[in-house]
Amino acid sequence: MSVNGKPKFAMYWAASCGGCEIAVLNIHEKILDVDANFEVVFWPVAMDAKYKDVEAMPDEAITLTLFNGGIRNTENEAMAHLMRRKSKILVAFGSCACAGCIPGLANLSTREQIFEAVYEGVSTDNPTGIRPDFQWAAPEGNLHIPEFYPVLKTLDQVVAVDYYMPGCPPESHQIGAVVDLVIQALQGKATLPPTGSVIGAGTSTVCDECPRIRNVKTIQHFTRIQQLAAIDPNLCLLEQGIPCNGPATRSGCGALCPRAGAQCIGCYGSSDGTLDFGARLMTAFASVIEGKEPAEIERVLDTLPDPVGQFYRFSLAHSMLRAAPVVLEEEEQYATHHH
Amino acid sequence: MNDTFEPVIIGFTCNWCSYRAADLAGTARVKYPPNIRLIRLMCSGRLDPTFVLKALTSGADGVLITGCHPGECHYLEQNYKTLRRYLMLRRVLTQMGIEPERIKLVWASAAEGVKLAQEITDMVEQIRALGPFKSRYPLPLNPPEVAHVQPTAERGTA
Repeated sequence: MSVNGKPKFAMYWAASCGGCEIAVLNIHEKILDVDANFEVVFWPVAMDAKYKDVEAMPDEAITLTLFNGGIRNTENEAMAHLMRRKSKILVAFGSCACAGCIPGLANLSTREQIFEAVYEGVSTDNPTGIRPDFQWAAPEGNLHIPEFYPVLKTLDQVVAVDYYMPGCPPESHQIGAVVDLVIQALQGKATLPPTGSVIGAGTSTVCDECPRIRNVKTIQHFTRIQQLAAIDPNLCLLEQGIPCNGPATRSGCGALCPRAGAQCIGCYGSSDGTLDFGARLMTAFASVIEGKEPAEIERVLDTLPDPVGQFYRFSLAHSMLRAAPVVLEEEEQYATHHH
Repeated sequence: MNDTFEPVIIGFTCNWCSYRAADLAGTARVKYPPNIRLIRLMCSGRLDPTFVLKALTSGADGVLITGCHPGECHYLEQNYKTLRRYLMLRRVLTQMGIEPERIKLVWASAAEGVKLAQEITDMVEQIRALGPFKSRYPLPLNPPEVAHVQPTAERGTA
C-alpha cells in the first residue's frame, strides 16, 4: 500500500465541530514533520479519500489515527469500528471523543426534543415541519442517511482506545509534543506510555498551573463573568464569584483561560484519579460557598442557573450518570429494536 | 409500584454520630427495615458526591447521607460541606430528570438511634413509592481492552 514506506497517519471526525482539525494544523511548521514522517492516508477535512479506501487497507495498516468527535449516529459508530480495526494506535482526540464535550449535553434531551429544537426551533424556517427520514425508497433505489442515536457516546464507549488526548481543542504545543513522541517511538528512541494513558496533558489540575492568588475567601453569590464591571487580575476567579472549573479540570493547557481573565470551563476533563468531573467540582465548590443554613446555601446556588451545564459542560457523556434516565430508556428501546 | 419491589438504599454514616446511632438502634432492638446497607465514613464530610452517583448507577434506588448535627461535627465544620454538596447534588439530579428524593440528608447524633431508625423506615417507604431507580452502568466507563498489537519501530512501516 505504502508508496514511500512511511508509516500511515489518519485523522477522522465524528460528531465534532472541526476545531480539532484546526488545532492540528495550528502546530505550524511541525506539520512538516508529520509529512516527513508519515504518509497521510485518510483525513476527510484535509484531503480527498473515501471510506472504501480505508476499508480496502489491511487491518492495522494505519500507524496513528487521531479520532475526534463523539458517537452520535450509525455512521460515527461504523467509522469508529473501522478506524479501530485499521489502526495500530487509536487516539481519542479532543474533548468530544474523550468525554462527549458540548454535543454530550444533548444527553439531557430526548431525540424528539432535539429534533424539535433543530427542525422547528425559532431560528429554523421549516413551515411544513419536514423531518429527515433515515431510509427512503427512491425510484433509483433505497436511500439511507445515518441514523441518529438517542445517546451521544464517547469513543471508548464503543471501541477500545489506546490513548486519550483531551482539550477543546487540544493545545497545539501538546499536539506537537505527542507527534514528536510518536515519531521518536517509531525510530526506537522513545517508548510510548501504557495503553489507556492520557497523553498531551498534565495529571494535576488547572489550579496548579494558574498564577492567581487564592485566599480561601467564601462566595456569597456567583456572577457571570460578563456581568462584572472589573475583574481583579491577580485574585483567584472562583473567589471573585466567577464559577471557574479549574479545581476539577486536568492541567496541560497552562491555565490559558484564567491567565487571560476568563474562567476555566473544564475542556481538559477530569484530572487523574477522578471518576466523575461534576462530583469533583461540586466538592470543590462546597468548600468555598458561604452558608450554614440550607436557605442561605440555596440562595447562593440560585445564582448557578444551569448546574449540569456548569458541572458537566464537557464531561456529561463520560460521567457516571451519562445521560438523563429518560434518554437512557430510549437508548435501551432503540438497542432492543435494532438487535 | 409493584408489591415485590424492595428498594435498595445505601446509607453513609459518620463514625462519630450516626454510625453509633445505628449501633444504638441495634443494641436497643429498635427495628428498621433491612433495605438499607450502611457504610461507615470517618465524617459525613468525607462523602464525595462520586459515592452517591456510584451507588445510584450500581443498583441502589436511593442514598441516605447522615452526619452530626450542625455545630456538632467532630471535625468542626465538615458537615456543612456535606450539606452544600447534598444541595448541589439535588439540583443536578433534578435537572437530569431524577427524583431528588432519592437522596436524603439526615442529622443524627449518637444518642438518636430511634430517630435514625424512623428516618430509615420513612425513606424506605418513600423510595418504595417512587419505584426502582432504573440505574444502570450499561456501558463501562472504559470497555475491556481488545487485544491488538502494540506499535514498534519495525511494525511502524508497512
